[in-house]
Amino acid sequence: MLCDNCKEREASIHLQQVKGNTVTSLHLCQQCAAEKGIETGAGTAKYPLSDFLASMGKGPAIQGAEGADKACASCGATLKDFQDTGRLGCPRCYDTFEKQLRDLLRRLHGSSHHVGEAYLSTGSREVDEKQVEVTNLRNKLKQAIETENFELAAELRDQLRTLE
Amino acid sequence: MTFDLSLLKDGGISWLDASGPESAVVLSTRVRLARNLQGFAFAVRTTEEDRAAILSQILDATRQSNQLEEATTFRLADLDNADRQLLHERHLISKELAGLEAGKSLRSDAALVTDGHIGVMVNEEDHIRLQVLRSGFSLNEAYSDLERLDADLGSRLSFAFHPEFGYLTSCPTNAGTGLRASVLIHLPGLVLTKEIAKVLQGLSQVGLTFRGLYGEGSEVVGNFFQLSNQTTLGKSEEELLDHLAKIVRQVVAYEREAREVLQRDAAGVIADKVWRAYGLLRYARSLSFDETMNLLSGVRLGVGLNLVPNLSVYTLNKLLIFTQSAHLASAEGRSLPEQDYSIPRATYVREQLEADDARLSS
Repeated sequence: MLCDNCKEREASIHLQQVKGNTVTSLHLCQQCAAEKGIETGAGTAKYPLSDFLASMGKGPAIQGAEGADKACASCGATLKDFQDTGRLGCPRCYDTFEKQLRDLLRRLHGSSHHVGEAYLSTGSREVDEKQVEVTNLRNKLKQAIETENFELAAELRDQLRTLE
Repeated sequence: MTFDLSLLKDGGISWLDASGPESAVVLSTRVRLARNLQGFAFAVRTTEEDRAAILSQILDATRQSNQLEEATTFRLADLDNADRQLLHERHLISKELAGLEAGKSLRSDAALVTDGHIGVMVNEEDHIRLQVLRSGFSLNEAYSDLERLDADLGSRLSFAFHPEFGYLTSCPTNAGTGLRASVLIHLPGLVLTKEIAKVLQGLSQVGLTFRGLYGEGSEVVGNFFQLSNQTTLGKSEEELLDHLAKIVRQVVAYEREAREVLQRDAAGVIADKVWRAYGLLRYARSLSFDETMNLLSGVRLGVGLNLVPNLSVYTLNKLLIFTQSAHLASAEGRSLPEQDYSIPRATYVREQLEADDARLSS
């Protein structure tokens, strides 16, 4: 959704104002909200996601320290990307930016610890995935030996040893 | 074009049949679960190939699901703009999936698998959004259908799940349970008695939020409010549902009290308001969408107070859906500029009210 004010940037702040009996909605980007003097950081963190994203941009704490340039090894997303879109890149981002996200999740939900239904089949699947990888590596190793690519073969053998 | 809503039971609007609990005040209940597949980026970073692979995995799983035996698969790219709008107006898909959000285009391989009651949106903000719509106030029933489908699909697919954070979602506001439950509720009594502001402000203090007819970012029209849980993590699915149910029951009780006060202290004014609204809907020759929503709100209040005998809640519900632009366009067989729908809209409303009157008075 585009910002109601500039109609250029993505709206990240959604306000609903109740005045008497009419409810009006306003969707603004960070910049326009700031220009209109809308406090987003106040009190009970009504818009914690926007606050968090805004504070990431300004706060030297996060930028200076770890994380600002760190990219997720799986999808390449950075905290800057998250700040721009409000969306993470992939499931692995939750590991890459674990510390920052734990903090954010606590502010958003009051807790970072899932107590709902657990997804049980992940364990057995990891085993399956490992099995698939082992088979793949064995095939590659066989091929490497056949083509006399011994450097690659040695590398693959080491990988297999760690896996098994 | 492969679009045919008649493939769905009741065109996918059985949730509007007004058969559910509290249906005079609570129109419908919707519960959704957000899930993502392991090994793929989230929607914003997926490539076309990723999305094709995601869709193919999910369709393999949905085809084997007993619950989706009678479901139809719609690929959004096969539908034109008007048909995608129609699915959105019918609350079967989100604006994002329909590719109708300003400045954003339709995502390739976006799809909907649905039997009109339970549905799976594919390649939405999350890879999978499971949703159930039910008539009236029925959170537990809606969730139990969803829970079964989630377990079934979860055993065939590999969902992204974190031991501490729970189900992982593209936006951290959905992480944990991935559950958002919402109840569409009509509160004219609280609006007329000017109590509504207090109630709405109270909601945010108890961890709930309210939205308009179409969920996130939509305006409140016709005194319809969608109440839903704000947080998704740190509480179990049951706790989230129980809490929402408790608050909705309270709001329904306040609404009933407000209606009693209106009946007691301002019966004449209310009756006049109701019948004026009915008169306009029954005889007007041109109606804008907003005006229609506001008048329908007045008439619905009248039906709730037993002031308007010859009109069913089902007809009122149907009018909410079928007076929207894409539905009128579909009935006309062509799209028109927005202002040109006012005349066909008034004709449609008039015909429905006349039909109910003839049926119920005989």
